[in-house]
Amino acid sequence: MLEIKNLHARIAEDGTEIIRGLNLTVKAGEIAAIMGPNGSGKSTLSYILSGREDYEVTEGDIFYNGESILELDPAERASKGIFLAFQYPVEIPGVATMQFLKVAMNEQRKARGEAELTTPDFIRRVKEAADKLKIDQAMLRRPLNVGFSGGEKKRAEILQMALLEPQLCVLDETDSGLDIDALKIVADGVNALKSPDRAVVVITHYQRLLDYIVPDSVHVLYKGQIIRSGDKSLALELEENGYADIIGEAA
Amino acid sequence: MNMQTTSRLTAAETALVEAFAAQIGEFPGDGAVIGTRDRLLDDLKKAGLPTRRIESWHYTDLKSLLRQVPDAAPVAAVDPVAALVDGSKIFSILQGFADPKASADGVEVTVFKNKLTDGSAAAELTAFGNDDAIGRINGSFVRDGFAISVPANTELEQALELQALHAGGQIHTRFPVSFGAASKATIIERHIAVTDGTALVSSISDIRLDDGAEVTWIIVQQQGAADTHLGQIRVKLGTQAKLRLFVVNAGGKLVRQELRIEVEGQGAELTLRGVNLLGGESHTDVTLMLGHNVPHTNSTEIIRNVVFDRANGVFQGMIRVAPDAQKTDAKMACNTLLLSDDGGFSVKPELEIFADDVICGHGATVADIDSNHLFYLMARGVPENKARAMLVNAFVAEIVEELEDEKLVEALEGIISSWLERHA
Repeated sequence: MLEIKNLHARIAEDGTEIIRGLNLTVKAGEIAAIMGPNGSGKSTLSYILSGREDYEVTEGDIFYNGESILELDPAERASKGIFLAFQYPVEIPGVATMQFLKVAMNEQRKARGEAELTTPDFIRRVKEAADKLKIDQAMLRRPLNVGFSGGEKKRAEILQMALLEPQLCVLDETDSGLDIDALKIVADGVNALKSPDRAVVVITHYQRLLDYIVPDSVHVLYKGQIIRSGDKSLALELEENGYADIIGEAA
Repeated sequence: MNMQTTSRLTAAETALVEAFAAQIGEFPGDGAVIGTRDRLLDDLKKAGLPTRRIESWHYTDLKSLLRQVPDAAPVAAVDPVAALVDGSKIFSILQGFADPKASADGVEVTVFKNKLTDGSAAAELTAFGNDDAIGRINGSFVRDGFAISVPANTELEQALELQALHAGGQIHTRFPVSFGAASKATIIERHIAVTDGTALVSSISDIRLDDGAEVTWIIVQQQGAADTHLGQIRVKLGTQAKLRLFVVNAGGKLVRQELRIEVEGQGAELTLRGVNLLGGESHTDVTLMLGHNVPHTNSTEIIRNVVFDRANGVFQGMIRVAPDAQKTDAKMACNTLLLSDDGGFSVKPELEIFADDVICGHGATVADIDSNHLFYLMARGVPENKARAMLVNAFVAEIVEELEDEKLVEALEGIISSWLERHA
């Protein structure tokens, strides 16, 4: 489903190279974890996958369902089914959460040539998905993410993911700032979306999240490259020994 | 400082003088009113329209910006339109003439023409010196309007809508409105061009809140793309009076809205909000002159501006705190979304504080759309143009929603979003 080939990318503004020849393949139905120390390029990778303009791809390519997505803007990628759960969801005062959800769902449907949702249908879907994530209706009446706690913001991200039904979910440090109860709710939300035609890329710092979202593959990112791939035991190894050994091997 | 000498009249000044001469004998008024009109016009003629050398007009050089004055006569007939908020009582002013049959339960109403004719308006036709070109123009030319009085302890269930419509020409209106002690009311003052015929509009609202009155006053300015709108709001707030003043500018070629507000009673509270939607080649100026004159009064001012195309905007916010006005609490903010490299916005906050135990602050920002916000919306599949429109809307919706009255919020958001659809 996702194939990243020899990807090189830099910060557009100052030319700093962050991704330096990254290769990664994620198949449909797979849950892939990307781990790595601070500054290895994890968040940058998530932004590049979703098409943020602040980064420039200088070499290599990203194929999604066999098609290069480099020329697509973030909205086009989203409509094709790529979803990024933000590490830091932004607060947007003045945009009502429900209005935002409705616009996002309907714009994606329009882009795919599907009929727009009726209001009752929309409300029913939101209510069902919100209940599963224990999201209070009062939260949905607020402006988008405004005044949400860290945990509420992350749950709101997963709610959006559940409603938009993407094919490729990229979770950028979704575990950061979550207590154990919130972590379980979020993990359950992600696991509920697991399906043979959907892939999930979990970007995380710690093994903790992977106790709840069990990965099929684990990849270590360091200085903009995948330096080691393995199964879930690799994550446990990292948890025990830290990154130093693997980095030492690669160097 | 505020003196200028004019040897020669501009085309616009000449047109005003000629229009006045042509209408002598038609203007309503007794001897006192006529004398006042003559004097105000004479002052205008002597001083000329204000230039950038007059400090309060520094960013709006009226003499060079007002190039022409249209003929006094309208271009077409005008009919009333639906109320902004369903169920409001409409006080219709068509082409500058008030509907003599307009009335509302619990409210005393006189058409302003009658007050001119019987001379009771003479004392109100004042100008604040050379700064006050609007007072001079309006005082010379005013023909009609409504004088409204809401008696003490009266609560108006429905909003009153002052609906001023025109189809070009010259319109000069006046609205003295007083609110008795402990009364409650919502007034919606609308200025709308129904054709694209050029107009010169001057309008003064003279608002007095007696002790404990609570008033929401909304101004919606939707003049045509060639029109000049010179508005002035004069306010006096009594003890414990609360005024929420909301100004929306969504039209006009050359617009000046002067807000001259005196807080004169302890415990009084002013909430001023402004939304300026600027596009095309327009020039829009909101000038606040606010006096906190007694102790223990509060005010907050938030102005939000959206600038497209080659439009220019100005906000001047002068807050004066009198020597004995201790415990004044005043906060002013002016935020601009500048969406065009060719547009501009000038902000001039001024605090003149003569008391020593006060809290006064001001802040101004000018920015483009936040790229983090834009990326977030697009990452959810919202196309760029739609995402931008949502964010611009959100920028102003934030202060509109403070109004709480759902129907009013919806109506104002409707005006704002339809303006944005036409300009974005």
